[in-house]
Amino acid sequence: MSEQELISPTSADELVDAVKSALASGKAINVQGSGTKNSIGNDVSANVQISTSKLSGVSEYIHSELVMTAKAGTPVSTVQKELAKNNQMLAFEPADYSNLLGSKSKQTIGGVFATNMSGSRRLSIGAARDALLGVKFVNGKGELIKSGGKVMKNVTGLDLVKLLAGSWGTLGIMSEVTFKVLPRPEAMKTILIKGLSDKDATKAMALAMAQSTEVSSAAHLPKSVSGAFLDGTFSDQSITALRLEGLQESVNDREKRLINALSEYSDLTVIETEQSAKLWQEIADVKPFCGSNSIVWKVSVAPSQGHKLVAKLAQKTEVDAFYDWQGGLVWLSLKSGHHAADIRQIIKEIGGGHATLIRADDDVRSQVDVFEPQSLPVAALSARIKAQIDPKNIFNPGRMSLNDDTMNKAAV
Amino acid sequence: MTELIKFLEPNAEIISKRPTIIAGLAQLLPDDCLITDERELVPFETDAFIAYRRLPLAVVLPETTEQVAEVVKYCHENEVPIVPRGAGTSLAGGAIPQEDAIVIGLSKMNRILDVDLANRCAVVQAGVTNIAISQETDSEGFFYAPDPSSQLACTIGGNIGMNSGGAHCLKYGVTTNNLLGLKMVMFDGTVIDLGGKALDMPGYDLLGLLCGSEGQMGIITEATVKLLAKPEGAKPVLFGFDSPEDAGQCVKDVIGAGIIPVAIEYMDKPAIEICEAFANAGYPMDVEALLIVEVEGSEAEMDAMLAKIIEVAKKHKVKTIKESQSAFEAALIWKGRKSAFGATGRIADYMCMDGTVPLSQLAFVLEGTAKIIEKYGLRVANVFHAGDGNMHPLILFNMNDPEESIKAEQAGMDILRLCVDAGGCLTGEHGVGIEKRDLMTHQYSKEDLDQQMAVRAAFDPNWLFNPSKVFPLEVREDA
Repeated sequence: MSEQELISPTSADELVDAVKSALASGKAINVQGSGTKNSIGNDVSANVQISTSKLSGVSEYIHSELVMTAKAGTPVSTVQKELAKNNQMLAFEPADYSNLLGSKSKQTIGGVFATNMSGSRRLSIGAARDALLGVKFVNGKGELIKSGGKVMKNVTGLDLVKLLAGSWGTLGIMSEVTFKVLPRPEAMKTILIKGLSDKDATKAMALAMAQSTEVSSAAHLPKSVSGAFLDGTFSDQSITALRLEGLQESVNDREKRLINALSEYSDLTVIETEQSAKLWQEIADVKPFCGSNSIVWKVSVAPSQGHKLVAKLAQKTEVDAFYDWQGGLVWLSLKSGHHAADIRQIIKEIGGGHATLIRADDDVRSQVDVFEPQSLPVAALSARIKAQIDPKNIFNPGRMSLNDDTMNKAAV
Repeated sequence: MTELIKFLEPNAEIISKRPTIIAGLAQLLPDDCLITDERELVPFETDAFIAYRRLPLAVVLPETTEQVAEVVKYCHENEVPIVPRGAGTSLAGGAIPQEDAIVIGLSKMNRILDVDLANRCAVVQAGVTNIAISQETDSEGFFYAPDPSSQLACTIGGNIGMNSGGAHCLKYGVTTNNLLGLKMVMFDGTVIDLGGKALDMPGYDLLGLLCGSEGQMGIITEATVKLLAKPEGAKPVLFGFDSPEDAGQCVKDVIGAGIIPVAIEYMDKPAIEICEAFANAGYPMDVEALLIVEVEGSEAEMDAMLAKIIEVAKKHKVKTIKESQSAFEAALIWKGRKSAFGATGRIADYMCMDGTVPLSQLAFVLEGTAKIIEKYGLRVANVFHAGDGNMHPLILFNMNDPEESIKAEQAGMDILRLCVDAGGCLTGEHGVGIEKRDLMTHQYSKEDLDQQMAVRAAFDPNWLFNPSKVFPLEVREDA
């Protein structure tokens, strides 16, 4: 990557001007918040870097409406501090891979939505994209576009909000986001089942999710990684974690009912609010794989199939894995090689899904599609959409596909 | 009657080629899947927005995705507009055809293909009714959460088209939050699959974009939807108030206190009277405003949450609190609420608005609605999803009185403008259709609409899918 000119607009108007000026001089733009996820994605060839980090601050927060509007570059930590004052939270639990990727920066709220970074509660409450109600963004023509609004239900026109969420800066630069927040639960407990195999854990998680006990998150931490959690308390065995949250009395009641439903499992432990919060934070931080340079993949498949992926891959290479989202989110750490083709082939064999390369050096990322390649008609459609929002392909060209040129040709 | 809303001028050339087009379609479908007889076309001339009617060129009722693809391809090649149709329950005119269009009805594609409880999802054809999914999975302890009032009739395909909600989406979200995958026929007959049984789809969030796209982007033929475990129990509780302001403040404070029930529904006095006469639900008749608050969980959980809600309600001078004492009573309470539109239809013609406003504006918008209705000399019944600010004023009028019909439409538009001005939006769950199309410029700038239309063009370059809907005709020139 060559030397890039860095621009950090301080207002939506300046952002518009910056995009227009890049457009006029035919320059491609590397779009970022604070850059914590810069190392995710294929290499972007750009001449200018536009950062939203100086578009910062909460613009409107009416806690009784459960809605906040913030400028895109507001640090997530600032948003969370404001919400905590009213005992509220970002319910989708923004995942933060800074530790995993060795970044020292603080991720921005715009960056979280632009990459649809959801945590463990994604299983029950929904993803970042589900919480995003409205955006203002600058499109590839340098126009400031508004989509969505600040109310919970809105089907007025096309939902460009969803399109921007998870677009990794390839469609536009958000200047402001409006999102739904929720009350922080009064109590949290996690039921741990010890000693299950990946396959048995998958069954146990499905059983728990089939109960009327509103399990909000379900994860399985095999023995190979369990020592990384809760200071090694459970390091000698696997743990399968089921989280209950809500009003204290309700959590107590559901705890009893869930334990009852899990009567076939003998080795159960319950951890209370503080320990629970620590465990789920560590899962969100991908703690077992932090502090090394192994290649890390994040795979999304049907919850019942995750363990099959790991079993099949283990026949080909040495792999460490753990599971969130009832088994549907699989974190893979590989000792040697990227095994992109193997992983993607196995995903097809077990019924579909997708794999994203989260940690790898530049060399690997120059050879591998970081994001799952799409079927031809969907890739062509995506390219046409990109061309209708960013006609000159100035935003993060190449980030979501190694074969960006092919995509552009498909658009014509 | 004079029509305020214009459709696109029908293409005379297409209409003149009708016999050829019908012959062409007949090649693609079994005989009983093609309707061309004028009398048989009449049931398709409108939907639940009955003020407007247009006979389509023909109706096709395909049985497979392949047949849909063949028909779409044919229409693409011959530049014939297409209007998709589920059960025709749109309140916004989303399924009203036009004279030069083929209706593609999905009613024959009504099979549930796969119920996968381990992954808590179901794969269904687009013509499956909303309620059928919950009925199919009920005995296993699961349900499909979005529950529009028309759920007995409306289809999943239509739900996706309008991103439908319902009373219980305060807790469970609307269609877009409960959709995992879909199969869609594109403008040229290509079939694409998006998402599946995994929680997130790769690439751009096309599922999110297609939800609420009102039949403008393609024909959805299959969907993978989320199933949820049924709650242990559920209990609707009635809270009666002497003033709409108290009820509105109560809603805001319940949510503000961090309590999210499954549903908070609002009815004003006219709505209470209409629904009680229909359902004998036991609604209190001596109050000006009624909230139906539903809590769920075990008895202990419901009691704990109810205690908190009652505490808030008492601060707002609640007059009556009535808990349902049995499953039968609970069902009656919901029957009354969900029959509100049908029951209203028994006493008058009505137009149902669908604006959504911030909770703090509920009381203000209710008052403004009353003033607008008074100005036009009409009547209104308000029955809506208060918990998420999604208002449904039912404007009562006599359709056989042309002058009153026009007034009702004008009053409706004034109310929707008021919702937007109060920080809300034109439509929370019914869609824009033709009904609110010409108000889009009130909510969006020209650039905003141009951008939406540009994205639309990526799916339908020749504007053949449901072409008269959503985008005001006068803003389309430069798109």
